[in-house]
Amino acid sequence: MAGKTLYDKLWDDHLVKQRDDGSALIYIDRQLLHEVTSPQAFEGLRLANRKPWRIDANVATPDHNVPTTDRAKGIDGIVDPVSRIQVETLDNNCDEFGILEFKIKDQRQGIVHVIGPEQGVTLPGMSIVCGDSHTSTHGAFGCLAHGIGTSEVEHVLATQCLVQKKMKNMLVRVDGKLGAGVTGKDVVLAIIGKIGTAGGTGYAIEFGGDAIRGLSMEGRMTICNMAIEGGARVGMVAVDDTTIDYVKGRPFSPTGETWGKAVAYWRTLRSDDDAVFDKVVELDGSAIQPQVSWGTSPEMVTGVEGSVPDPAKEQDPIKREGIERALKYMGLAANQKITDIQLDRVFIGSCTNSRIEDLREAAAVVKGRKVALSLKQAMVVPGSGLVKAQAEQEGLDKIFIEAGLEWRDPGCSMCLAMNADKLGQGEHCASTSNRNFEGRQGFGGRTHLVSPAMAAAAAVTGHFVDVRELMN
Amino acid sequence: MRAFTQHQGLVAPMDRANVDTDMIIPKQFLKSIKRTGFGPNLFDELRYLDEGQPDQDSSKRSLNPDFVLNQARYKNASVLLARRNFGCGSSREHAPWALDDFGFRVIIAPSFADIFYNNCFKNGLLPIVLDEKIVDRLFQESEGTEGYQLMVDLTAQTVTTPSGESYSFDVDNFRRHCLLNGLDDIGVTLEDAEAIRVYEDARRQTAPWLFNAGN
Repeated sequence: MAGKTLYDKLWDDHLVKQRDDGSALIYIDRQLLHEVTSPQAFEGLRLANRKPWRIDANVATPDHNVPTTDRAKGIDGIVDPVSRIQVETLDNNCDEFGILEFKIKDQRQGIVHVIGPEQGVTLPGMSIVCGDSHTSTHGAFGCLAHGIGTSEVEHVLATQCLVQKKMKNMLVRVDGKLGAGVTGKDVVLAIIGKIGTAGGTGYAIEFGGDAIRGLSMEGRMTICNMAIEGGARVGMVAVDDTTIDYVKGRPFSPTGETWGKAVAYWRTLRSDDDAVFDKVVELDGSAIQPQVSWGTSPEMVTGVEGSVPDPAKEQDPIKREGIERALKYMGLAANQKITDIQLDRVFIGSCTNSRIEDLREAAAVVKGRKVALSLKQAMVVPGSGLVKAQAEQEGLDKIFIEAGLEWRDPGCSMCLAMNADKLGQGEHCASTSNRNFEGRQGFGGRTHLVSPAMAAAAAVTGHFVDVRELMN
Repeated sequence: MRAFTQHQGLVAPMDRANVDTDMIIPKQFLKSIKRTGFGPNLFDELRYLDEGQPDQDSSKRSLNPDFVLNQARYKNASVLLARRNFGCGSSREHAPWALDDFGFRVIIAPSFADIFYNNCFKNGLLPIVLDEKIVDRLFQESEGTEGYQLMVDLTAQTVTTPSGESYSFDVDNFRRHCLLNGLDDIGVTLEDAEAIRVYEDARRQTAPWLFNAGN
């Protein structure tokens, strides 16, 4: 019999019941909650007169609607009354049911997918869900983690389980050494460029190979975060020393004898050598350039040395029409060089790229340089209050401020513009976030997805530039 | 949940691949703490010429005449015909809530994004995957024939055209069962409460670190 994949192991370890109709009950170890996708779930519980199954499995924080300035004002700092009600509703629900919440003024507040790992609330081998598609981030710890809708948030609150059907296994193997200036973000954008936004639909993806093994936990989180942009709900990386070193000593990590027991189990969380995948995709890490998205879907991406594609050369009529539509929306011409794209704003942040390593990489590029005069704004939004504090301890805030970037308070911010941070119509933004959909960062806004280092390079030049040129 | 057995309705063809959830319901409308009322803002950025705001009276806004749902012949459409990878992007259940609130009961496409597909079933909305060639044909027929309706039968798992051609589709047994009977699937899961407790007790012994956080 063939060995098991990491996904097979995680599935088997969380299987409560296999039903005759092909569906299965899967136990959920951890649910992360935020203000946008939970209110209707709590309301559903109340209407059905149900109680949460296991309160201590849940951890909450407001992140989507929170302002990134004047944090000392707390909830009163939220100008939009509709946003304010949503954050207050989360507070009230957590208070009513006794759920641990890092509230808006708590230093531990931040983007759910940043604070879970930071607190040790995310531990290897867990099944983790959240009403947010970027929950795949936690797969970097060898977790079975994926986004769910609000009905399923309610289902997990009420039953601690989900009804699931097992996905297929895909291995994305990236071998070779990544070049200087090439990050996890460039790797995942290159992967999505290759498999397409629906390439992973129906699969759980395991990311493996030397290039992935060589990444820090921050880099692995960036890659798993964007698994959903390749269509896969689940993205994972096997547990190794890097994983265990990161988890050790976190506030909610096990200690003492339990720690030893946990580590022994966590070390089994890798695919067996003879495991069989339904699909294998291979990339040469040494050939990956810094990436820039030019279109309105994350698969519309190319290397910084490349050009905007010519739709006339696309054979598939549906894809051709998509490219034509994207170029029109983005205000770009076929064959235009990527480095000729002029920018209006730069956003460094989001659950994809707002961790300490991301900020260090961006700071290293802007250090001693100034934000281009042609830019309207360049902002840095740390992923949590603790990331912010760490960055300030390292003096990164001063580097950003001296260069002319704004240093903000933690939250989702301009990744999806539910708070006050947004693009104006027609504005081009170099963004370290995860989606370049039409209107995502603001009505008529034009998003280009890049790494923190590439965003920083764009900030100091006003257009896209190969960050490797600034590193010499 | 509202049960779904059969539905016959007018087809609106939305000829565009990779329709994402930001397009289905833009972020500013996710601030609502309700499940209803999203219909007027379905496809907001495509439907209207201005930028929509929550709590705005959308009936007074300027419509984009080029958008398919604004054309008189598709008024009261309840079957949405779409292209590949419909519903990609976020997990927001506001997307199926908006489609449902607008009046759609069925969405037909060559493929759907996983989370969106799953969310539809929780709301009595039936997403149907048909082969791309069949979808192409349905696009041609619905665009070429005013008042074009499809008959969808979940019991028989068929989509039938006005000329009587019938196409069968696949659907998971559990999802089909819940939809046909309008079941609350939390109630169904709680019938297995004992199995959940047994699992949980065993896990507490073998992996105690999973039970010591969050409170």
